Amino acid sequence: MKPVNGAVASEPARGGTSERRNGAGEHLTRSDRVNLLRYMAMMRSAEERGITLYRQGKIPGSFYDGCGQEAISVGSAYVLGPRDRMCILHRDLGAHFVRGLTPDRYLANYMGRSDGPTRGKDGNLHFGDRELGCVGMVSMLPDMALVASGMALAFKQRGERRVAMTYFGEGSTANGQWHEAMNFAGIHGLPVVFVLENNGFAYSTPNELEFAVDPVERAATYGFPGVLVDGNDVEAVFEASRVGAERAREGGGPTLIECRTMRMHGHGAHDDMSYVPEAMRTEWADRDPIELYSARLAAEHSFSADEIDSIRSEVKTYVDECAKTALASPMPDPAEATAGVFADDVTPLGDGQAPWSYWSGGAERSAA
Amino acid sequence: MAEMTYLEAISDALRTEMRRDETVFCMGEDIGAFGGAFKVTDGFLEEFGAERVLDTPLAENAIIGCAVGAAVEGLRPVCEMQFADFIACGFDQLVNVAAKLHYRQGVAAPMVVRLPSGGGFSGGPFHSQNPEAWFLQTPGLKVVAPATADDAKGLLTAAIRDPNPVCYLEHKGLYRYVKGEVPEGEHTVELGRARIAREGEEMTVIAYGSAVHLALDAAEALDESIEVIDLRSLCPLDTEAILASARKTGKVLVAHEATQSCGVGAEVAALVAAEAFEDLDAPVRRLTAADVPIPFSPPLEQAVLPQLEDMKEACDELLKY
Repeated sequence: MKPVNGAVASEPARGGTSERRNGAGEHLTRSDRVNLLRYMAMMRSAEERGITLYRQGKIPGSFYDGCGQEAISVGSAYVLGPRDRMCILHRDLGAHFVRGLTPDRYLANYMGRSDGPTRGKDGNLHFGDRELGCVGMVSMLPDMALVASGMALAFKQRGERRVAMTYFGEGSTANGQWHEAMNFAGIHGLPVVFVLENNGFAYSTPNELEFAVDPVERAATYGFPGVLVDGNDVEAVFEASRVGAERAREGGGPTLIECRTMRMHGHGAHDDMSYVPEAMRTEWADRDPIELYSARLAAEHSFSADEIDSIRSEVKTYVDECAKTALASPMPDPAEATAGVFADDVTPLGDGQAPWSYWSGGAERSAA
Repeated sequence: MAEMTYLEAISDALRTEMRRDETVFCMGEDIGAFGGAFKVTDGFLEEFGAERVLDTPLAENAIIGCAVGAAVEGLRPVCEMQFADFIACGFDQLVNVAAKLHYRQGVAAPMVVRLPSGGGFSGGPFHSQNPEAWFLQTPGLKVVAPATADDAKGLLTAAIRDPNPVCYLEHKGLYRYVKGEVPEGEHTVELGRARIAREGEEMTVIAYGSAVHLALDAAEALDESIEVIDLRSLCPLDTEAILASARKTGKVLVAHEATQSCGVGAEVAALVAAEAFEDLDAPVRRLTAADVPIPFSPPLEQAVLPQLEDMKEACDELLKY
């Protein structure tokens, strides 16, 4: 199968004036744009496949996805270099794919199979592939903001030009640990990029019952910039993340990027979203990040309709193949249930895939 | 060998490991310029600098959570809780993130949480607790509690080198009260190995931390053949040493300063009952703090925490059984 989930080879940037609208233009090649579309489509396809498996009874527990939020995890993770590190959350499957995880392992994890990254020890998106430089999330939010800050602390102590990136929803910003993380990262000017996904609701609780002051405005009070972007515009997310990561690498400290978006599915498959006003659903349905980007690639970057269709259908075929692989994965041996509580030694985290052309010299290095 | 207090031995272990391994660093509240609330890191700032003797804001989840991140990225953090009681404010990161990381993802988090614990000085309900049972209910955490200066150094060194999160309970009452000969330079005591603190034939006191000294003092005062086992490590627990002594003497008293219900005493008693039942000549007894918060006023605190007279009485009763 061709595309595994590796990136397409880089090509020279095509930079036209229209591409500079959100500032990302000069940093993205045509191949980068193919990748951005591909990873968003891969997230959508893999989660749709997951929902089907859930309905077929092959996934125990419930099912959680990030439908409508694909631009955020893909656009942000896309800026990272191999040695950067991530803590990825439950609406951010695209970041796993950008970093090199294949959909079969995601689906295997959801089904509790032995070839998922946790080998059945933990479910759904509660995983990180240590070989790809990711420490997986826990259910308590926003705990990973502190873990990412700790990784950034290690980079800073060793004087390395590396970045930690993590995600959280706007719901997490109400918890005290969010304050502890922002404050600690601010005090030490840690090289960390905090990506806040404001998808409108913490489960069923709307923004007006979550905070009196928007979290992005609070960033300044911790001593670092807060940036508000359209979370359904993958290049806008990319550009804000690129600037934030570069700042971090240069010793400029953290950045908080609030991505405004909408969770288009329930908190989990068990949630019918009856609390969401119909007008709100309709408004955001017209702003689907994958459709928006497809239209933009056609209008501004001379992608043909056939080309876009073939990228999306190729991904779908690939995900279908991955689902077969996942279904062939055996259930774990019950004897494994009591294994692995303690470590016998330390295996360092591995490096993630870094598909952005910058890392292979395809785009202007001076710019990034 | 050098004579050191328990507290000096803790400092010595930290200093020796920080000199040996540049990935080892300390973080906690007031540990830098002030040298820590109990002066364990006195002089460290001058020797190792502010990055490796990291003064943190008053944010225990930040201390533990950032330690997890630093640990998975190759550092060896040693976190100081100013008082063991304050781990409650960092509990989520400890039990949900650090403890479960290796089981869930195969990611090791080599880190130590130093926990100044114990009462006896009118610290009141929030500066006197012995919270080890909280950790023992959390698979993935190792838990140690030294009673001597030698073990204070050896166990801390071993904890720093261990690839897992280790809760290191240092009893505040022993800081300057206990002195002993301690090996200079590198010194480790294997985690999970108990020690026979006093040999005897008639009964066994199984203890750790401050209760070891109560047991030794009681044995001397009673002048009886009482064996004292110092557990040193609560997880892993040295079940062989416990059972060997129980089988040898046939009478077991488990003693600790922590509260009674579902504590180490309950675990040890259940183990002895299950594995050494036929060797017992008496029921397994416990001497612990009462199941109440630790009160402030001296007569109230003394009524709650096990005292030497309580230990003598408990031993005497068991010897006569």
